[in-house]
Amino acid sequence: MIIRRLSGISWGLVSGVYVALLLSCILVPLCNLAVPEDSIFHLSTYTVTLIGKYLCYALLALALDLVWGYCGILSLGHGAFFALGGYAMGMYLMRMIGPRGVYGDPILPDFMVFLNWTELPWYWQGFDIFPFAMLMVMFVPGLLAFAFGLFAFRARVTGVYLSIITQAMTFALLLAFFRNELGLGGNNGLTDFKEILGFDIQSDGTRVGLFVATAVALAACLAICRAIVNSQAGKVLLAVRDAESRTRFLGYSAENYKLFVWVVSACMAGVAGALYVPQVGIINPSEFSPANSIEAVIWVAVGGRGTLVGPIIGAIVVNGFKTWFTGALPEIWLFALGALFILVTLFLPHGIVGTVRSWLPSRTSQSDRATGPSDTHNDTHNVDETKPASGTGL
Amino acid sequence: MMPRQLTILRIVSFWLAAIGIAVALVQPAWSQAELSAPAANAASEAAETVNEISPDPAPQQGFAQLLDAHRDAGFSQKSETIARIADLNNPRALPVLQAMANGTLFAIKDGPIVIAPDGKNGEIELAASGEVLQTAPGDIKKIRVNNRLRRDLRDLIARISLASGDTDIRRAAAENAFTGANPKTLPFVEAAILIEQDSRTANTLQQAKAAMILATPPEDSAAVIAAMAVLKDRGDRPSLDVLLRFGSQDDPLIEAARLEAITAIERTLSYWQLAQDVYFGISLGSVLLLAAFGLAVTFGVMGVINMAHGEMIMLGAYTAFVVQQVLMAVAPGWIDVSLLLAIPAAFVVSGSAGMLIERTIIRFLYGRPLETLLATWGLSLILQQLIRSIFGPTNKSVQAPSWMSGSFEVGQLTITESRMWIIVFSLIVMGLLLTFIRKTRFGSQMRAVTQNRQMAESMGVKTSWVDALTFGLGSGVAGIAGVALSQIDNVSPNLGQAYIIDSFMVVVFGGVGNLWGTFVGAMSLGVGNKLLEPFAGAVAAKILILVFIILFIQWRPRGLFALKGRFVDS
Repeated sequence: MIIRRLSGISWGLVSGVYVALLLSCILVPLCNLAVPEDSIFHLSTYTVTLIGKYLCYALLALALDLVWGYCGILSLGHGAFFALGGYAMGMYLMRMIGPRGVYGDPILPDFMVFLNWTELPWYWQGFDIFPFAMLMVMFVPGLLAFAFGLFAFRARVTGVYLSIITQAMTFALLLAFFRNELGLGGNNGLTDFKEILGFDIQSDGTRVGLFVATAVALAACLAICRAIVNSQAGKVLLAVRDAESRTRFLGYSAENYKLFVWVVSACMAGVAGALYVPQVGIINPSEFSPANSIEAVIWVAVGGRGTLVGPIIGAIVVNGFKTWFTGALPEIWLFALGALFILVTLFLPHGIVGTVRSWLPSRTSQSDRATGPSDTHNDTHNVDETKPASGTGL
Repeated sequence: MMPRQLTILRIVSFWLAAIGIAVALVQPAWSQAELSAPAANAASEAAETVNEISPDPAPQQGFAQLLDAHRDAGFSQKSETIARIADLNNPRALPVLQAMANGTLFAIKDGPIVIAPDGKNGEIELAASGEVLQTAPGDIKKIRVNNRLRRDLRDLIARISLASGDTDIRRAAAENAFTGANPKTLPFVEAAILIEQDSRTANTLQQAKAAMILATPPEDSAAVIAAMAVLKDRGDRPSLDVLLRFGSQDDPLIEAARLEAITAIERTLSYWQLAQDVYFGISLGSVLLLAAFGLAVTFGVMGVINMAHGEMIMLGAYTAFVVQQVLMAVAPGWIDVSLLLAIPAAFVVSGSAGMLIERTIIRFLYGRPLETLLATWGLSLILQQLIRSIFGPTNKSVQAPSWMSGSFEVGQLTITESRMWIIVFSLIVMGLLLTFIRKTRFGSQMRAVTQNRQMAESMGVKTSWVDALTFGLGSGVAGIAGVALSQIDNVSPNLGQAYIIDSFMVVVFGGVGNLWGTFVGAMSLGVGNKLLEPFAGAVAAKILILVFIILFIQWRPRGLFALKGRFVDS
């Protein structure tokens, strides 16, 4: 009964998202493939890919929200997990080019021939097998997250310090991936893909297929996140977010809970990256740039952190605006994005979903909110900030 | 006090370890000494007949007459006259012979011999007296020299310079004699050694003598071994080259001495290389230090994560640019002081921008560091785009004042002056900041608010004003850093982005709320980076440093110099 009550409102919105994803899975292929091109209901392949890209971003935002909104870990390095997943997929796609590259080498990708490499490095082995590549898409980011989290959470690096070292992590990876010696294409990254699972990567059918795969992955991850958040562990996570020391004193090992969601979140980000790469057709080191990761944070903040639907809406809304702005008013875009950061943090601390929800007659207003008072030093992640802001100090 | 002493011990041991590692890494370079010697090409030079330049017993002709004799003389005749000129001990002999060697000695038709460095239309001076000619000459003819004559001239110039009354000229001549290592000039060098008073010049002359001995096939093995010892003491790359050119010898005694000297020189060279790397590291460290000061105040003292910190630096750099442009238009002669004027200007511009930001945005976000981070990141995007819209996306250059360009050598270290001034400047800024925070009334209010806001407030401190001013101070210092960075980096809208991550690393590594921590952090990271670079490459060194910091934070989550007390415990 209580669980039903607690999850009531989320269920309304979340089911809305499920329905929307299901509808898009039916309508988008229909409008793209079945509707004739001159019809107003026709959806161009460009649009399909664009929406597919948004859904990848939405998945990244969802992953980020799982750690930030529900566990208080603000990661400024989630783009690194996203890019690693993308690179794993890119490696599979590179192997699938086969002898069709510019240099026609049946095994080595073009850039390796160009660098006079004679054989495939060990870490490229096996990437021609799709299931193995898909495993790596989750395993590589997950492993990095595990190693990083194991140290960081054990050492109780929290708050701003954690944010800064996640940023350092993605920055270090950015620098590393720029190096040709790493054997991942250096500056140019991986591109010029030909086919995926035997299908031509450029064809409309494949694009629609990728779109449907992205929508399904997003729905699945949403279900996983819901399951985690609503579980017993999810309650502990909220407790860690709001009063970590107190949770620890109560006997919960906070670092294990944090490590768990951190790794799950990194794997999801990896999946998002893997779905992103075949749709945009390239992966290069710029995906590691710290600015990308911070941009993902703003999607979550705009949509509403600490809600599962918020980040999905935020990612789609912000990127929709970005597409429109960079097309219509390219100079204004950075002003708009910057203003968005400031205005959302100042006036919309709960994001779109949180704000809309607070207008609704609050049937279950407790559901997503932090419960109980929190000590002054640990209220930094508290969604329910009502105290006067100035003068609270350090 | 114990924890502090422990910290200092740790730092000292960290440094010792770092130096130990560096030395250990350098060591293999010694054993891999390149012992293959190039063919001795000195032999051919030595085979030439030694040109006897005996001093004229009775210099009958005057200097001017000798000069005039050049007018229509053949090359062999000229060779004789220049020898006589050199013997005359006339102060004008050196410039005349130099001009002749450079091809700037001319004869005016039916007139005197002149020196015209810039040709007929430039400034022309009389060769005999050095007087500047007032009227433009009619027809002038160059005094021609051939290669042989030029060689003679070079030797004569070296000889005259060695006898010059000016110590600087003698020093330079001795250095030239060393680099030239021409065995023909050995007698003059030996003569000069006997009368030389200046010990440094005498030393160089000894080295030149040694190089000359080693430029000929060995005759007297004792002299050769002594010469090697002299070069060993000099211990730079030219000395090494002389030894390598000398080639391996059959005489086991000489060969042993040669190998020993080579090993010793290579060791000396690697020490100097290490010193050079450390200097580069200190230089990089001072840049990091400057960039991190502002952050040390806003983040370290106030706990505000200012992602727009880099843009405060960028604003400072652009202020330097604008000040210079204005000065160029108004008072072009004052261009050398433009940087000095830019320092207070940048402080005011960035400082007031910072106060504005604090009053309009940050003060609503105190106690919510993650939100502050996001809002200031947005602000940094806006500021970058604003500057891009005003000044355009291209790089601007801020001219270095004349007293900041150039370089000089200390031992075998090359010190670029702009870098040196930045080191000095960063130390001055640090001193001022420390004094300000410790000694002034505002500084003590600042510390009071940091340590206990409620208590400070109840003692009558206007905390919100202190917040604004502190933030302004941090931003202003960032602006000053921008002026310094405009000298070594491109002034572009992205300038700040390049420093923001590094600045955070420095502050986090050093420990928040402690300027000494920032200092140690910046210097360690700078020197560490530069010591790693020769072995790992620039990018890999940077990656290693980042990984090191990430691991370091796990070990000491609050940095090297962590503040102790309840107020920082979150």
